This record gives sequence, structure tokens and C-alpha cells, in this order.
Amino acid sequence: MRPFEYVAPKRLREAYAILAQADGRTVRPLAGGTDLIDQLRVGRKRADLVMDVKHIPELMRLEWGPRKGLYIGAGVPCYRVYKDPVVAQHYPAIRDGAMLVGSWQIQHRASLGGNICNAAPSADTVPPLLVYEAIAHIGGPRGEREVPLERFFTGPGQTVLAPDEILLGVRVPPPPPRSSSHYLRFIPREEMDIAVAGVASLVALDSRGVVARARIALSAVAPTPVRARDAEAVLEGQRPTPALLVEAGEKAVLATNPITDVRGSIAYRKELVKVLTRRTLSKALADLGITLE
Amino acid sequence: MTTFPLDKLSLRTQVRMKVNGEPHVLLVKPWQTLLEALREELGLTGTKEGCGNGNCGCCTILMNGKTVNSCLVLAPEADGAEILTVEGLAQNGRLDPLQKAFIQYGALQCGFCTPGFLLSAKYLLQENPNPTEHQVRLAIAGNLCRCTGYDKIVRAILAVARGEVQ
Amino acid sequence: MTTTTPFRYIGKPIPKADALERVTGTARFGADLKLPGMLHGKVLRSPHPHAYIRRIDASRALALEGVKAVVTAQDLPPLEDARAAFGGELMIDLDHLRRLTIAHEKALFEGHAVAAVAATSPEIAEAALELIQVDYEVLPVVENALDAMKPDAPLLHPNLYTRTLGEKPSKPSNIATIVEVGFGDLEKAWAAADVVVEQSFETQMVHQGYLEPQACVAWVDADGRIHVWTTTQGTFNAQRMLSALLKVPLHMLNVIPAEVGGAFGGKIYVILEPLAILLSRKAGRPVKMVMDRAEVFRATGPASPAYITVKAGAKRDGTLTGLYAKIVMDAGAFPGAPVQGATWCIFAPYKAPAMKVEAYDVVTNKPRVQAYRAPGATAAAFASESTLDMLAERLGLDPLEFRLRNAAQEGDQNVTGQTYGRIGVKAILEAIRKHPHWNTPLQGKNRGRGLAMGAWMGAILTSSSQVVVNVDGTVQIVTGQVDITGTRTSMLQMVADMLQLPLDHISIRVGDTNCTPYTDLSAGSRTTFTQSAALARACQSVIAQMKAQAADALSKPDRRLTPEDIEYADGKFWVKSDPEQVLPWRQVAGLTRTRGTGPIVGTGTVTRLQPANEFSAQLCDVEVDPETGKVKILRFTAFQDAGRVINPIQVEGQMQGGAVQGIGWGLFEYYAWDKGKLRNPTLLDYREPTALDLPMIDTCIVEVPAPDGPLGVRGVGEPPIVPGPAALANAIYRAVGVRLTKLPMTPETVFWAIQEKKQAEHLQAVAGDGA
Ligand SMILES: Cc1cc2nc3c(=O)[nH]c(=O)nc-3n(C[C@H](O)[C@H](O)[C@H](O)COP(=O)(O)OP(=O)(O)OC[C@H]3O[C@@H](n4cnc5c(N)ncnc54)[C@H](O)[C@@H]3O)c2cc1C
Ligand code: FES
Ligand code: FES
Repeated sequence: MRPFEYVAPKRLREAYAILAQADGRTVRPLAGGTDLIDQLRVGRKRADLVMDVKHIPELMRLEWGPRKGLYIGAGVPCYRVYKDPVVAQHYPAIRDGAMLVGSWQIQHRASLGGNICNAAPSADTVPPLLVYEAIAHIGGPRGEREVPLERFFTGPGQTVLAPDEILLGVRVPPPPPRSSSHYLRFIPREEMDIAVAGVASLVALDSRGVVARARIALSAVAPTPVRARDAEAVLEGQRPTPALLVEAGEKAVLATNPITDVRGSIAYRKELVKVLTRRTLSKALADLGITLE
Repeated sequence: MTTFPLDKLSLRTQVRMKVNGEPHVLLVKPWQTLLEALREELGLTGTKEGCGNGNCGCCTILMNGKTVNSCLVLAPEADGAEILTVEGLAQNGRLDPLQKAFIQYGALQCGFCTPGFLLSAKYLLQENPNPTEHQVRLAIAGNLCRCTGYDKIVRAILAVARGEVQ
Repeated sequence: MTTTTPFRYIGKPIPKADALERVTGTARFGADLKLPGMLHGKVLRSPHPHAYIRRIDASRALALEGVKAVVTAQDLPPLEDARAAFGGELMIDLDHLRRLTIAHEKALFEGHAVAAVAATSPEIAEAALELIQVDYEVLPVVENALDAMKPDAPLLHPNLYTRTLGEKPSKPSNIATIVEVGFGDLEKAWAAADVVVEQSFETQMVHQGYLEPQACVAWVDADGRIHVWTTTQGTFNAQRMLSALLKVPLHMLNVIPAEVGGAFGGKIYVILEPLAILLSRKAGRPVKMVMDRAEVFRATGPASPAYITVKAGAKRDGTLTGLYAKIVMDAGAFPGAPVQGATWCIFAPYKAPAMKVEAYDVVTNKPRVQAYRAPGATAAAFASESTLDMLAERLGLDPLEFRLRNAAQEGDQNVTGQTYGRIGVKAILEAIRKHPHWNTPLQGKNRGRGLAMGAWMGAILTSSSQVVVNVDGTVQIVTGQVDITGTRTSMLQMVADMLQLPLDHISIRVGDTNCTPYTDLSAGSRTTFTQSAALARACQSVIAQMKAQAADALSKPDRRLTPEDIEYADGKFWVKSDPEQVLPWRQVAGLTRTRGTGPIVGTGTVTRLQPANEFSAQLCDVEVDPETGKVKILRFTAFQDAGRVINPIQVEGQMQGGAVQGIGWGLFEYYAWDKGKLRNPTLLDYREPTALDLPMIDTCIVEVPAPDGPLGVRGVGEPPIVPGPAALANAIYRAVGVRLTKLPMTPETVFWAIQEKKQAEHLQAVAGDGA
């Protein structure tokens, strides 16, 4: 590996100071390192200074309040997220996504913040956050700001973060009443693979059993994770039927802009989006007592 | 023209950690992985490197009670940590039941993957003493073995869970 | 040593002799050694799959503090005997081995070594690589064997002329060899057949996927003696290759075996060792070299991709009338694809009045292939076993009965002309017929069961070992036979039974080339088979020497005894005519020290045995998700003829491990190329199966003793990889009605095949409506 320096600030202020004094040097935040360390090893990324963020208390928070919703600190590893009973109860798709990242060894280190900041189109924890309309909480020596997570990504590996900014965490609003959600991804093996396509779906029903809110988000089928708004529109205001779910799947494809690579072709990815959209919707509906498949 | 940061080659940073119950203080290169530090600085070569990027699990160790790929941990991150490697599994000359079961069930051939599997299995049984076959397979999905086809590994772990090997 | 005495250890599930050091992390693999003053070596590799190397300037690298040596092709001694050939499994001639070790005027594949550096730390060596300047002139890339065979294809080697039975061609070519074998009249065969099926198949380059990357430490000492610790399947093969590459006599070159973290045929050639030695010689210090995973993928020897067309004809009752195959195999950058193995294996389980195989060994801009478990056979069986399944279906016959009807047996002929001795094809098929897996109906939508057979001829070569009796009566097996499959354990078991001594009185040491007798590499399922014969000879010799010593000791002044007067069993020697006169083994051994009769050492060597042909079959049940194309394996049973089982745990282990490699080859694994550049050199995108992708792998062993060798042992390492891809293809066909002819059968390929079928059915229905 190419040499770099390492620092582990214990307070947010220290971290900000380090970022402020970067002076042209590349400072790389390090959370679980499951992306960063390999990228540094193979030379895909360079660093002058690696700043470990796991000792900053603000970034290791995982908190919930019925009105505030969920706050996931950027450094919180996946296993803490999916083992959390609150997450499992209120945000099933977020649990699904965190459970899918790599192996147990990876999940003990990999953070949601790292998954977000790495900004891979295939990031498994992102579509679940998008269906809950999560907000990225960003900070730096120049102050703090909030950006809807959907607008956080600007391209593969690209985000709105300035060089002197870090992600502090994501705020996830409380789930709508009578709702459930799921995330599924397709990979050739059963584990240890990067999504060929992934879909998170959230449905909320009103008292009459009509879809009050639908949110669908996709991974690995566009330069960034995306919402599938046409598909959402098809569902909202309707009573769920098998045919409706199929239609939603077809509409979800409109939001895709995939590439062909070693993991799959454009056409195949689109087909998978249809299938996964239908399957995630019916899983979520099944949680709400409506079985369609 | 190279941009290799030659000026940083001599950087070192101090790490204190407890490895298999023994306290250590060592000077590591900041970019050194924990895997390299264990192997090169402490001579604990039982932990193996099969891929260097988190895919094979040969480098699995327990760090503060949790399995991690030591190839994806920087040595300085382990400052203050408690580490368990394969060399620390046997206690007072007594093999861990998992070690015994791996021998008895033929759960290893070349043995290159074995240290990683033992630690993943150790963690699984710590978390879930009565796993199903599927749960065992899930727990070791981050460990590749090219020799055994996993069959005997799964059987060995299940045998320990059932208390058949002690 | 007769097979009639009941054995105490042979056939028993004895735990692995060397398991303890493996579960405690003390076994020393290639990368685990550290010597005082050791330097770290790294290799500069060509980023281009095909390019002239115009100039290499290492001056800036050498100027970097901490850099101790740089080597290039210039540092190899001049070539003398270009035609000397090496390999053991896939042969390579010396000129090509040199060019493979380090690129000369041309880089022939992405990752081809161009220069190597030794420095005081790995990062300094890495920095030095960036400082070496290489001027390349990029050439057009030959991507695959079919392109390579085109008349206007760019040539890899200006001096490569096709070897055929005919005359030497006038122009060089990328086709290294054309092999043609067979017998009978195929035209008649097709005419006599009621059904003829012809189908083309394609397989991709795959890797053995061993988890331990290549690693070695080389040290050239002050006297010029070379010591190399390395992870190799054959220390003596490595020694001979190094001796030829570096022009060093064998006594100056000691190859010391490290534990091998998986090999499967991929650790036969020297790769890093010659570079490490050259660096060490220049630097005057030991040099360690370890590959990273991407280097393992790009620059070691993976398995040949193949294009195979099979034609098979049969009568209505299922009797085969003829079998034909054209096999084109891609050797990578230098000749040596496993066309022999593919040819022998492709129709091996069957008999037919006419058979013919035409095989091509072709070079392309890819890493030079090496053996991978039954080299050539897996691709061959994918093609032949799929075709035979199609034929059985067309005939409306049960796939098992169809195979049984045509099963080859003793006296039948392989396509190569070899007449079989005793073989186990029928026994395996009968075992399947009785097996619960075969007899449990498979129910459910999108599910199917597939059957396929596999074969391997069984390699022989030279094997030797020594059996040494210590003065306390304990016994040491001293061998250079590297243990890659648990052969230490099976050798201990065999010697314990051959000497009729308790197992714990015997130990084994795999030694270096300087202190063990010559033995060939551990590969090709030859080790246990040939060592059973070598050890039998060594043990015979030991018992004869012990008898002589016992005779001497039991002699009375009035009666001199000869060894013929002595009987031996179960650790006791006695006088035949007077069984009261007994000496225990231990006491006879102790006499060595006091009577000056010299140490008791039995050396056993074999070079010629009748081949122990090996057969296997696999049965698998799958479920296909038609919406995604994903294949789930529900049940898998591996069948194999082991001749005689020495250790059932180890035989099962070979069967299960091989089966899973076959599954990986069938469903997931392949080299993804983009104009000669590898797109998936990681274990993330080169997908070896994980535990979650698999069910338990059941095993069923049959024992049809091999025609030769003292115990009837057959090798078991190769055949279990062979049937998997075909068994899966046959199962997928039965599950969803699509016949896949390309490997791997990834979800995406299965998905599109299903779509195509639906489309065709739809069109047919529409056409039907119109009519
Ligand atoms: C074997 C393996 C399997 C994997 N499987 C999956 C999978 O199934 N699904 C999936 O989505 N991913 C997978 N990944 C990728 C990776 O594990 C995830 O992206 C993970 O969530 C990254 O988190 P981390 O904490 O390890 O990030 P790090 O590697 O620490 O950081 C990732 C990037 O984000 C930056 N960063 C980290 N924290 C911050 C911050 N607070 N502010 C600003 N920038 C920051 C880093 O500088 C770096 O560029 C896998 C990786 C491996 C090695
Ligand atoms: S070496 Fe760490 S996972 Fe392979
Ligand atoms: S025993 Fe060889 S890789 Fe597992």
C-alpha cells in the first residue's frame, strides 16, 4: 500500500480542525474501511491522511424517537443497525439492506455512512433509506447542513460533499402509519456479491385498504440510487391487486438508466427491476395482511 | 513520473493491543493492515491472506469479540483492541471443541482457510449456540474454502453446537 | 502385503495426520517464512495483452534508497536446449518456459512479468516498480482460439509451426498441435443410427481458485547454493525447471516444500521462484515474493477454455453407433492446452463401434494455462454428457438406462486406442440405480434432475519413498512427495498395515530435494495410487532386512539361520521351524546399533504401472427461478469408483471438494475479458461458491480394484470435478426445458434462454392459430 498518515479524532471539533487544515492534502474519512482500504491498496484512491471517524461520539449514535424518527450516525456499522429492534420494527427495509452488505465480518465494520459516501450505484443500504425519505446530515469547519439523501448523489462515486465536509449521519423520518417496507437485491450467488439490481419498496395503506403512500427506490440500475416515481404514482390511491404490482414493476423500469458490465446487461437489469419491484411490494403488503402472491 | 509519497516511508505509529490475552505495544506503519501487523510484527502467521479485500475470509479474527477481516483493518485502528487469532483458540494446551471437531470430521484439507473458519464458527456459536444448518452456512458465507465443498465444515460446526464434541 | 489380510488402518476414517498444526495455525505455508535480512520482491507486469517491449529503463528504480536489485529477461542465462520439456501434467518446452517466466521481446498477456525488484520493504519495492520505465509497442490482441485460428490472425510466435501427423507446414500459425485419434467408420455409424445429434459447446477460462496465492523465499548463499522454500506440487519438478532455466546443477539447488494452500494443478510450474533466485543472487540476501490475488488471476496458469462440437448417433434401442468430437482448446500465450486429457476423457465411459476425436491446441493472448483437476476432462464431459442426454431424450430413453446400455468395460477401447483393464463404469451406474437419490421422485415446479458421468485416465510417472526403521523400532517415512490431498495420512495408514505395526509407531516427513529420493509431482490423481506400490516395495525391503537381522540374532552356534528361516507378523519375528524362538520388532530394530549391520532403510520406486482409469458420476436436483434465471441446487450426490478406499474421510473430501469446483465452473466462474484485459480479477467478481450456495454433498463410493498396484487403489482427486457442469445442464433442461451449451450457466444466461424459448413457443402458437 502507498504510505499515508493516520489520525483518529475523538471530537467533532478536532475532526473539523483537521479538515480545515488539510492544505491541499487529501484527507479521507475512514469508517469501517471495507471500501476505502481496498481502494487505497489497489491505488483506485489516494490519501495523504486517513481520518478515522469511529471515535467521534456524534457519528456513532443510533437513536430513535416516535416523533423525531431515527438517527443513524455515519459510522454506525451495519450489524448495530439490523440488530436494533426499533429498526426491525419500524423500518424493515433498512434492516434488510444492512443485513445484505457483505459477510458478517464485513457487517461488523461496514457503516451506512461509508456505504452512502462511497456512492456506489449498487449500495444496498441506500434504497431503503430513500423510501423513507432520509436526510443526509453534513458537517464541516464551515458549518452543518442537511440535504435530502436523494440529492446527495451526483454520479457513480460522486456526492455533494465538499472536500472539507463529512457526513455526520442520516435522519430518517418516522414511518407512515400502517406501513411496511422491504428491500431485495439480485445477485448470482446467495451472499458476497454486489447487486445486479436492487429494489426497496414502502407501502402505507389507509383505513380502506387503499395505498396512501408508495415509495420505490432502485439500486445498481442507474448512475446513482434512484426513486421510481412513476411506479409510486401507479400505486397511490389504488387498491393493491396482482395486476397493479406488475404494472408498478413495469413503470419502475422507466426510472432506470443501467449499464452493461460484468455483473449484468442493461436488458437483464430492467427485467430484474420488474420482478424485484413486484416481490418487494408483495412482501410489504403481506406484512400488512394482504397476500397477493 | 511517479507520485509515490516517498517522504512518508519512515512514518510509524504506536499501537497497544491485547492479542490472545497478551499485551503488546508495537510500532506500525500507519498504512499497514492489522493482518500484516499480526503476521509481520508479531509473527502470528496462522492468520492468512487469501485476497486482501474482504472476499475470502482467510484473515478472519475476533476484534473486541466480533469477527472482522483483518486485511480490511488498519493496524492503528486496533489501538486499544482485544484480538483473538487462531493461535489463541486453544486454552492451556486444550484444544477448542471446534478445533477438535474440524480434525475429527475432516473439515480441512489444505488448511489455509481453517483459521478463518474456526473464528467465524467461534463467533457464531457465541451468538447462537443452537444454529440450524442454514444459519451455519450464513455465518460462514464470508469464508471461502476451495478444498472441502463445505460439507464437512458445516457438519463439524453442527456437531460442536449439539455438544457432540467437547 | 497381500490384499487378503484384514487391514487395521487401510479403509478406516483415520483423522488427518497433520491436522493439528492446521487447526492451531502453526502449519507453515509459502508466505509464512521469514529469514534474517530478507528482502521483498515484486513484479512489474505488462498492462498490455500483446506488445513489443522496446526498452526497459530501471535506472531510476535502482537509484531509490532501499532497492537492492532489479532483474529482467536479460538476466536469464542463454538458452541451450530449447526442446527440453517440463511440466508433469501440461508440458511446456524450455524456450517457452523462459518466456513465460519473464517476457523477452514481447509481452504476450496482460500481467506477463516484465521486470522484478527486490527492496528492503514491500512499499519500497512497489515504489520502485513505478520508477521502471518500459516502452511498449502495442500489438493487436488475439482474444480467443477461434479468432486465433483464422488465417489472417496476428501471430503470437513467429516460429510456431503446427504439429500434425502430416508434413511440417510452410507458414507459422497460432495452432500449435492438431491431434487426431479414433477407430471405426463414422460414415457407416451415422448411416446405421436412427437418431444423430450434433451440438456445439463453449466453456470459458476458469481458475483453480486455491486460496493461497503463490509465494516463495529464495536464498542464494555465499557458496552459490540455492535454497528455495516454495508452495509447489512437486519439489523435484520445480528443481528441474529451475536448474534448466538458471543453468545450475541439481546438487546446488535445494527446493524445500512449504505447506500448499490448495493447488489443484495450478502449482506445478515455477513462476516466482526463478525471479526470486535471480534477485537474491544479485542482492546477496534472501528474497521473499508473494502474489496478490489479482496477480494470481492474471499471471498464474488457469484452465483452458474450449470450443467443442460433439456428434453422436444411436439406434432406436439406445445402442451407440458412433461418437465424434472436434475439440479446440485455448492454451493461452504458449502451447500446451490439455487436449490429451480432453481427448481421452470425452467418450471414456462408453463403447461404440466408431469413435473419432480431432483436437486443436491453440495460442492466444491470455495467461498460459496449467492443469486444473482432470485437465481437459470437465469441458469435454460438459459437451459429451450434454449431447448424450439430448440423444437419450430424442430416443425417449431413461438417461441412466441409456448410459448403462453403452457403458464401457474391461476389453473395450478408449478413443485413443487404449484397451481398458478392469474399470468401474457399470458399477457406478448400478450404484446410482440403487441409490435413494435416484429412487426418490423429484416433485415441484421448475425442478429437474440431471445425471452425468466423468472420467480420468489416471497419471503414473515416477514415485518413490523411503521407509526407515529407527533403533527403537519406530518407523519414519521419508519422502519428497508433497502432500496436497492428505497423502501423508494415507501413506501412514498403508505403511502401518504393510509393516503390521501400530499407526502411532510411524511418522512421515515430507523432505526437501536434497535429502529425499526423486519422486514426481503430486498431481493427476497419481499420488496414493503410485505411492501404494512404491511403499509396498520399500516395506518389503524393510521386512527382508529385518528378517536378515533377526536371523542373525536367532542363529545358534550349531545352526546358522537365513532370512528364509524367519517368519514375520504383527511386530514379531520367529523361526519358522521353531515358533518359540521369537524376537519382537523393537528388539530386532535395536540390533542395528550394536551389530553393525547398518541402518534399515527400504527404498521403493515405481515408474511403470498399468493405468488405473478413474470414473465418476453425479446426480443433482435443481430448482430454477424462471423470473431471474437463478439456479438453486436442492440435492447433490457424487458417485465414484475409488478402486480401494484407503481413508473414507479423505475420499469423500476429494469428492465433495471436486464436486463443488464443478458446480462453480458450471454456474458462476469465468474470466471476463475485454480485449485481452481481465475485468474480474477479484474473488468478488470471480465467484467461487460459498457455503450458502450449496446443499450437503452426499457421496457414494464403489470399489472396483484397479488392475495394477498392490492394493487396487485408484486415484480419486480428478474425477469428481468432471461431471458437475454437465449434470447441472441436464438438470436445468429437465427443470425448465432449455438446453444450455455455454458455461457458466449464470442466472442471466438461463434467464434469456427461458425468454427465447417462450418467444419461440409464442411464435409457434401464433403460427398455429394462423393455420
Ligand atoms: C467483501 C465485501 C462485500 C461487500 N458487499 C457489499 C454489499 O453486499 N452491498 C453493498 O452495498 N456494499 C458492499 N460492500 C461495500 C462496502 O462494504 C460498503 O459500501 C460499506 O457500507 C462501506 O462502509 P465502510 O464503513 O466500510 O466505509 P469506508 O470504507 O470506511 O468508507 C467508504 C467511503 O466513504 C468515505 N467515508 C466514510 N465515512 C465518511 C463520512 N462520515 N463522511 C464522508 N466520507 C466518508 C470514505 O472516505 C470512503 O471513500 C462490500 C465490500 C466488501 C469488501
Ligand atoms: S484476505 Fe482478508 S478476506 Fe481475503
Ligand atoms: S481446506 Fe483448503 S481452502 Fe479450505
